[in-house]
Amino acid sequence: MPVTAETIIQSLASGLLMGLLYGLIAVGLALIFGLMDVVNFAHGEFLMIAMYATFFLFAFFAIDPLLSAPLVAAALFVFGAVVYLLIVRFAVRAKANAGMVQIFSTFGLAIVMRGLAQYFFTPDYRSVTHSWLGGKTVSVAGIFLPVPQLVGALVAIAAFGGLYLFINRTDFGRALEATREDAGAVALVGIDKNKVFALGWGLGAALVGLSGAIMAIFFYVYPDVGASFALIAYVTVALGGFGSVFGAFAGGIIVGLVEATTALLLPPSLKAVGIYAVYLLVVFVRPRGLFGSM
Amino acid sequence: MDTAFAERRRRDLIVAFVLAAIAAVVPLFVKDVYVQNIMVLTLMWGALSQSWNILSGYCGQISLGHAMYFGIGAYTTALLFTKFGVLPWFGMLGGGIISAVIAMALGYPCFRLRGHYFVIATIVIAEIVLLLFHNWDWAGAAMGIDIPVRGDSWLKFQFTRSKLPYFYFALALACVAWFVTWWLEDSKWGYWWRAVKDNPDAAESLGVVVFNSKMGAAAVSAFLVAVGGSFYGQFVSYIDPESVMGFQFSLLMALPAVLGGIGTLWGPLLGAVILIPLTELTRSFIGGSGRGVDLIVYGGLIVAISLARPQGLVGLFSPRRKEAAR
Repeated sequence: MPVTAETIIQSLASGLLMGLLYGLIAVGLALIFGLMDVVNFAHGEFLMIAMYATFFLFAFFAIDPLLSAPLVAAALFVFGAVVYLLIVRFAVRAKANAGMVQIFSTFGLAIVMRGLAQYFFTPDYRSVTHSWLGGKTVSVAGIFLPVPQLVGALVAIAAFGGLYLFINRTDFGRALEATREDAGAVALVGIDKNKVFALGWGLGAALVGLSGAIMAIFFYVYPDVGASFALIAYVTVALGGFGSVFGAFAGGIIVGLVEATTALLLPPSLKAVGIYAVYLLVVFVRPRGLFGSM
Repeated sequence: MDTAFAERRRRDLIVAFVLAAIAAVVPLFVKDVYVQNIMVLTLMWGALSQSWNILSGYCGQISLGHAMYFGIGAYTTALLFTKFGVLPWFGMLGGGIISAVIAMALGYPCFRLRGHYFVIATIVIAEIVLLLFHNWDWAGAAMGIDIPVRGDSWLKFQFTRSKLPYFYFALALACVAWFVTWWLEDSKWGYWWRAVKDNPDAAESLGVVVFNSKMGAAAVSAFLVAVGGSFYGQFVSYIDPESVMGFQFSLLMALPAVLGGIGTLWGPLLGAVILIPLTELTRSFIGGSGRGVDLIVYGGLIVAISLARPQGLVGLFSPRRKEAAR
């Protein structure tokens, strides 16, 4: 295809919108890592069940994804807190092979979730049809923007803004920061570490729940869908720097733009290579990621 | 010399010989092809997990991208055989060397990364290679490579009338992987690796060349895994990127070691003996419905073991260790 200025601008615009969504998917991961130095390897599956929840609310109750997004986020909040209390809490206590326990306990959870999804929902692809935003496009200064992605990007920006205010302006947010700084010391001043961690996991899961509701508008839902986005989420977080919420935001934008650029230069099936290559270049030069502090 | 340690090592060697001898005669009594198939896979994954364990278990660099070396081994052998008529034996050696070189080349940038950064870098690199192979027409791209039957002999490493030769090769592979680990455990390399795993900074201050230690572990680990990949390609006669480089292979290499005891001599084999038959039987009896029940069992086991017994099952077989702990 001929690469014109118009094509480039259109591609970058799409990449930017998708990048913000990637950032939203990844920020929950960044939050959890920042809080307790644990990577949730079931993160993709959290996204998957959020998308399924959105689909079924639409299919059975005709609730549009935009309306069900808060419901899905709330459900994922509870789910995340429960996952912490039942699994992660014990994983972080392991004395032998601590790193391995964290990795494989969440990996095992991911496999169980995928298996359960396949058991209950079958491997068939499902999609939300005829939603309010589905299939619509708006034109801004000659650049065509798909409405679902545009709204998703706006939701992402709002979510990042809300998260920033939350962490910096509320007691809970300050408790999160304090627990992150020194989990031992906060116990001395009456902060319940497990409660803070459970709420942190709930919040991280709620954010991915929000992105799941948006993604369901324009992506097929199937048991393996989470795996497709999980690696991009890990790359986004590592690129921005583990533990940095702003890093996830910036990382997402970079990933989206790189993906769009790669799509112009390479065959479609190789578009992820650009993302991975840029990630490796950055992390090899700066092992902590762009905004990481550890 | 630590007498207790040396004594334990001699006992380990004797036990290994006995177990190998027992394993060698089992196929004479077990004729069922399906069961033989499970035995081959168990030995192969035991060998692969043992190899993975060298870098990730002993040296502490947890890699979830080892499928790349497995795939490189399989592809090297298949390509040399189908395009140039080179015997699989040379393909195995070539694949092993290529993988070891690549492991060391990647070691330069990767071993500067710590913790989760390293894990994710290994996943990303393997994913890149997987995508490249999906698009590499000369190597069959996503269609893969059908390995044609050109003989029934050890020379061509193809056997159409019996699975026994595959079994004995897999057994030899498992023995070699175990022996290499056993030998390295008491070498300078082995001590360096365990020091690096426990505390890299302290190890460095004591004179351990941390970087070289990791590079050595990566090379040995990758070489052995590639040989396993070569064997697997011959065993199944058809390879494509997803079937030899997919992420599930990296995971399946790690899990026996995790189950049996990561960073231990017997852990990977013990884990493989439990996990592989369980996986194959679960897939056969439950997985066929397509409802993913085998995944549920599989994943649940991983969660349960990693939480309940992070040091693995191998400790259950060490009465003296309990006394020592007490």
